[in-house]
Amino acid sequence: MTRTSRLVVALASLLLLALYVAPLWRIELIAPQYPEGLGLRIWVNQISGLKPNDLNSINGLNHYIGMRAIDPEAIPELRLMPRLIAAAVVVGLLVALAGRRWLLYLWAGVFTLGAVAGLADFWKWGYDYGHQLDPHAAIKVPGMSYQPPLIGSKQLLNFHATSWPDIGGWIAIAALGLVLAAAVLEWRRARAMRTGPVAAARPLGVLA
Amino acid sequence: MSASMTQRHCRPGSLALLAGVVIAAAGCTSADASRLGSTAEAASKVYVPPGSYDEFYAFMSGGFDGQVGVYGLPSGRLLKHVPVFSQSAENGWGYSEQTKPMLATSYGQVPWDDAHHPQLSQTAGVPDGRWLFINGNNTPRIARLDLTRFETEEILEIPNSAGNHSSPFVTENNEYVVAGTRFSVPTPQRDVSIEDYKEAFDGVLTFARVDSVTGHMTIAFQIRLPAFDYDLSHAGKGPSHGWSFFTSYNTEEANTKLEVNASQKDKDYVAAINWKQAEQCVAQGKATTEPGRYAHNLMGDDGIARTEWGSSVKMLTPAACPGLAYYLPTPKSPHGVDVDPTGEFIVAGGKLATVIPVHSFSKMQRAIADKAFAGEDHGIPVLKYEAVVAGEVQNPGLGPLHTEFDGKGYAYTSMFLSSEIVKWSLKDYKVVDRAPTYYSIGHLMIPGGDSRKPWGKYVLALNKITKDRYLPTGPELSQSAQLYDISGDRMKLLLDFPTIGEPHYAQALPASMIKDRQLKMYPLMENKDPYAAKSEKATRVERKGNAVHVMMTSVRSHFMPDKIEGIRVGDSVYFHLTNLEQDWDVPHGFAVLGANNSELLMMPGQTRTLAWVPTRVGIFPFYCTDFCSALHQEMQGYIRVSARDAKVALKWNSPSYAAAEKHEADDHDDDDEHGSH
Repeated sequence: MTRTSRLVVALASLLLLALYVAPLWRIELIAPQYPEGLGLRIWVNQISGLKPNDLNSINGLNHYIGMRAIDPEAIPELRLMPRLIAAAVVVGLLVALAGRRWLLYLWAGVFTLGAVAGLADFWKWGYDYGHQLDPHAAIKVPGMSYQPPLIGSKQLLNFHATSWPDIGGWIAIAALGLVLAAAVLEWRRARAMRTGPVAAARPLGVLA
Repeated sequence: MSASMTQRHCRPGSLALLAGVVIAAAGCTSADASRLGSTAEAASKVYVPPGSYDEFYAFMSGGFDGQVGVYGLPSGRLLKHVPVFSQSAENGWGYSEQTKPMLATSYGQVPWDDAHHPQLSQTAGVPDGRWLFINGNNTPRIARLDLTRFETEEILEIPNSAGNHSSPFVTENNEYVVAGTRFSVPTPQRDVSIEDYKEAFDGVLTFARVDSVTGHMTIAFQIRLPAFDYDLSHAGKGPSHGWSFFTSYNTEEANTKLEVNASQKDKDYVAAINWKQAEQCVAQGKATTEPGRYAHNLMGDDGIARTEWGSSVKMLTPAACPGLAYYLPTPKSPHGVDVDPTGEFIVAGGKLATVIPVHSFSKMQRAIADKAFAGEDHGIPVLKYEAVVAGEVQNPGLGPLHTEFDGKGYAYTSMFLSSEIVKWSLKDYKVVDRAPTYYSIGHLMIPGGDSRKPWGKYVLALNKITKDRYLPTGPELSQSAQLYDISGDRMKLLLDFPTIGEPHYAQALPASMIKDRQLKMYPLMENKDPYAAKSEKATRVERKGNAVHVMMTSVRSHFMPDKIEGIRVGDSVYFHLTNLEQDWDVPHGFAVLGANNSELLMMPGQTRTLAWVPTRVGIFPFYCTDFCSALHQEMQGYIRVSARDAKVALKWNSPSYAAAEKHEADDHDDDDEHGSH
């Protein structure tokens, strides 16, 4: 690994530290009665309202459709994620320190898988909240489920829901991007080095 | 249209007779059509598009309804009706257990009043948007409203007063609110003949200190003056800061048929009170302590009002405190007294006078130094009229009452009898414009128009009579307010709107000063009401003898508990309702069949308590009265009321019941054990 690649991988790891202070994701809800909007922020270790009482209000509204209350205490991922992020920071730094290319490839793969698994898990929670509805709910609309979008917008009865990465999410994406970029550059450099003399020689060879 | 207006204006009905008696010279004023501008122009100036905000908050006293109406200007839209001195069954103000103490007085519970003069608190002589003070005229009181909640926070009763009209009129940094009695009475009160008016009656002025941080009022001192009627007041500002001015009529000291007997003298007085001198005299121990019982009602941090009782006051007399009071002769039976933005001019509206006298503060200071006295009245120096008057506005119209200022060198005086606003210059006291009002204007108001910095864009006329201005509504008609554009040389009538109650005075300030400081809800976790149930788990019902306390919650769209049994005829049931919502503009209501007092409205996070004494056996539904959600109509419950001697056990459906039932069973076991001993 070049010095630059190692610095990039180290920087990506350190960037992940921002997830402890910046939210990963935000879901915003707008309805005619809520011109000021309601919303949630998802952090590595908690779910909070965009405004102080939004989580309560959203839970209060969701009881009409029989969605179970969003209780951060009941989501084990919120206790697991801080540890996973810490591990990622340490592993990333070790990879940068070791400077071994194969470790970088492995790390890039694990990081990517972790990100995909995280999004899939997030989608699964959304799916469960949106589909596992109390059959005795006051409002039942045949065929209607209330899964929020993973990314993008969706109309859910009177609410327009928008889901998008928040600052922490964008930082995580940037960190992943840096690691992948470092891996690609290293791979290309390695290939160039491996095939480099040959490639350099080839024209000569051709000429020869 | 203009012709009929002019016509009406020249013949103001029966008042024309009275006007004719007072003075024939002024004649009627002409209203030409041009001042109205086009309808489209006027409409565009008061049009506030849907979803947009008004430029000003206007606070208008409710008069005989005892409340404060909050309107937006220039649209004239009613934003809120804030209960102050009068009970409001709509939201339980003065009925709920938490708010009942606000209406306590030394006369007992007085659940109404006649509220006249709102006054915004001031810093450096400019409205600061912190509080609104307003007087209760009938049972002398001053209330203070908080402008982040638009709720009454404090009501101070004024002892030794019998009609709190010249009040509250703050000083330039809220040092004091004042309270001059309109009706003189013996102080302390005693059983005397009304014929002994001149000997036994006094007119008392009160200065109540306002805490600069909390706004809490305390009676600092009172001043015993001759038995005149102290009508209106305004504090000095700038150079005249430290003085307060009170009009006094009935200097004849009549005790009957005042409309004739108190209208004999050509001049009555403006009483100039040097309150800084008063402070010194009090500090020097020149005040005597006199009895005076009064209630001081304060809303606590916990949302519960409490009454503290005062029993004495510090009383000053002009004799004991020289330099405290001077009389400025003022024609005739003066009503309003208004101080211009510079603090130099003191304008009095002599309602029976043919001129508007403008007193000069600097001339008054010189006259005092030179002892330019015309004599004494009850030992109080009367300054020479010529020594204090700066000028007179000649032929202003009929029945001048009140004056406001635009901050651009002009004064606007309301003319009750000739039913018009007269604009005149403070430079040469010449009338420059006049505009008719429909009809019989009392007070008028320019936003900040009695402060050092008027926002001189509009003047609002507050009229006593509406007659044919709106669709008729039987014998009782609304009062009316009329908005005029005063940004140009001439006043232009823009808008005419009916009001709630009878607005006397009003105040206004730019909306930007307070709109972003509004409380949206009470934080539930900070709710300190001892009977609050801050979660559904905490709801419960407790019996203590004949008192039953129901700690109930409301949240969209149910009450917890919503089934209660074991209530007996004659019980005092206290419904302690806590609104669990923490969402803006989601109040819940509470009403129970046959409630003899009121309903309740609970704001998000707030606890309010309704007392209820069931008088008959049966099933009593209760429900939410504030349409809260799609399932509002489902927000209801039942209470079973059994006979006085019934053995129906207390029972309710909330999570606490099972625990309570177990606990009760344990108690019974204990009882048995005790029984066996």
